[in-house]
Amino acid sequence: MPPRTCALCNDARAILKRPKTGQQICKECFFYVFETEVHNTIIEARLFKRGDRVAIGASGGKDSTVLAHVMKTLNERYDYGLELFLLSIDEGITGYRDDSLETVKRNQQQYDMPLKILSYDELYGWTMDAIVSQVGKKNNCTFCGVFRRQALDRGAAILNVDHIVTGHNADDIAETVLMNIMRGDIARLGRCTSICTQGEDTIKRSKPFKYAYEKEIVMYAYFKKLDYFSTECIYSPDAYRGHARAFLKDLEAARPSAIIDIIHSGEAFEIKEDVKATQKNQQTCKRCGYMSSNELCKACTLLEGLERGMAHAAVTDRARKKLDAEGPAPENLRQIPLFRLPASLQAHSNGETGVR
Amino acid sequence: MLSPATHTLAQILDSRPSTIHPTSLDIVMSTITVKVEFGGGLELLFSNQRSHRVALPARVPVSYSNPFSPPSAAGAEQGIQNSEDAPKKPVDLSYLIFWLRDNLLKERAELFIENGTVRPGILVLVNDADWELEGEGEYQLKDGDEIVFISTLHGG
Repeated sequence: MPPRTCALCNDARAILKRPKTGQQICKECFFYVFETEVHNTIIEARLFKRGDRVAIGASGGKDSTVLAHVMKTLNERYDYGLELFLLSIDEGITGYRDDSLETVKRNQQQYDMPLKILSYDELYGWTMDAIVSQVGKKNNCTFCGVFRRQALDRGAAILNVDHIVTGHNADDIAETVLMNIMRGDIARLGRCTSICTQGEDTIKRSKPFKYAYEKEIVMYAYFKKLDYFSTECIYSPDAYRGHARAFLKDLEAARPSAIIDIIHSGEAFEIKEDVKATQKNQQTCKRCGYMSSNELCKACTLLEGLERGMAHAAVTDRARKKLDAEGPAPENLRQIPLFRLPASLQAHSNGETGVR
Repeated sequence: MLSPATHTLAQILDSRPSTIHPTSLDIVMSTITVKVEFGGGLELLFSNQRSHRVALPARVPVSYSNPFSPPSAAGAEQGIQNSEDAPKKPVDLSYLIFWLRDNLLKERAELFIENGTVRPGILVLVNDADWELEGEGEYQLKDGDEIVFISTLHGG
């Protein structure tokens, strides 16, 4: 087969067939269109403003490594005026996270960005290794997910940033849309396609790779020779997501636009007002001050279960009732340090309540 | 002192009648060597080794890489692999995929091959170009080619 030339510059040898468009493009044009599309996503969604302090949630994996590289590139090229940080969570998984954190430490040097690593151990007093030894491999992802979400916010507060960007890509979002449909989780279905989630006084989270295909992210990392870590978590990955993922990859093989089409379908669902209304109002956890929809936040409930040797408490409602029946939490129970929002958000929310 | 064991291959070839030379050239041309690399976690299925050099026959049985008759089954039932007069074709990328499964893969073949090709989510590059531009499994391998397999399915 004769070498094909790039559909964009009509000059260099094509090296990639774009899954989104079917276009065959060369390496330089690929870098340019990939970066420009992320830039366009950022501009259209007005994700940032000058002077923002932004933390990149960095795991050392492909998505966050490419995100750190692209954020640095765009911040310089288009003069966004952002202060960028790397924020990593050490879940305490021997042979997995310890290795990937070494990658993040190299990224810190390569990209010249300050790095903050916050561990489950210092925050909750439990590593994932310890949690798994108590709860087994079945439900440990629940703990890890709840703890990571809160740890990222707390890490952001320590760095005094009010915005976290994550490496979630188009494939991840399409997977989540499928999972929410299959579970009938309509409230989440309505939220999962938003590029940016932000409450009145919460730390902003956004996904600049919302429209970036995983294939292109991996190709970008390959051609740029970026240093990333790729090993599956040793504590059985989320099996349900695994099925959604395999299904999505099969669809993509048959029709590459499937991924963007599913995201579009997710966006097109209109969630009825009465479904939205069933979402509980946000309050702050009476124990640790973190955002919560109940008196106690999910992390405090899970931690209490672990500390009292009843780790399944917050995983099932029945177990939670049993925990409550055992009586109130003991006085000397380990607690998560009090959560304080970054200074900028405190001023912001005070100002707002003051005016209105 | 001359030892009888010091004959080089060239000396042996030189000492043979010249009519045999084309045959020795045929032998040289009858295998090709390609470089194979694994990345993105796929190396874990191949003894955790990223880079391999693989020698392959230049012509291979047509049925070997037929997605609908996996070689182990077809070979055992029909004895095609050993048969000299089985139809042959130039070695291609799909032959390499099956060859890797049968010779280098150490565990969980289902994470590498599915329905006669690489599992969806594995990217393949031929000399640093997306294999989708090169005819995928039908790409005819050349001596010195570099083939890269990268899994996209591992960690974010």
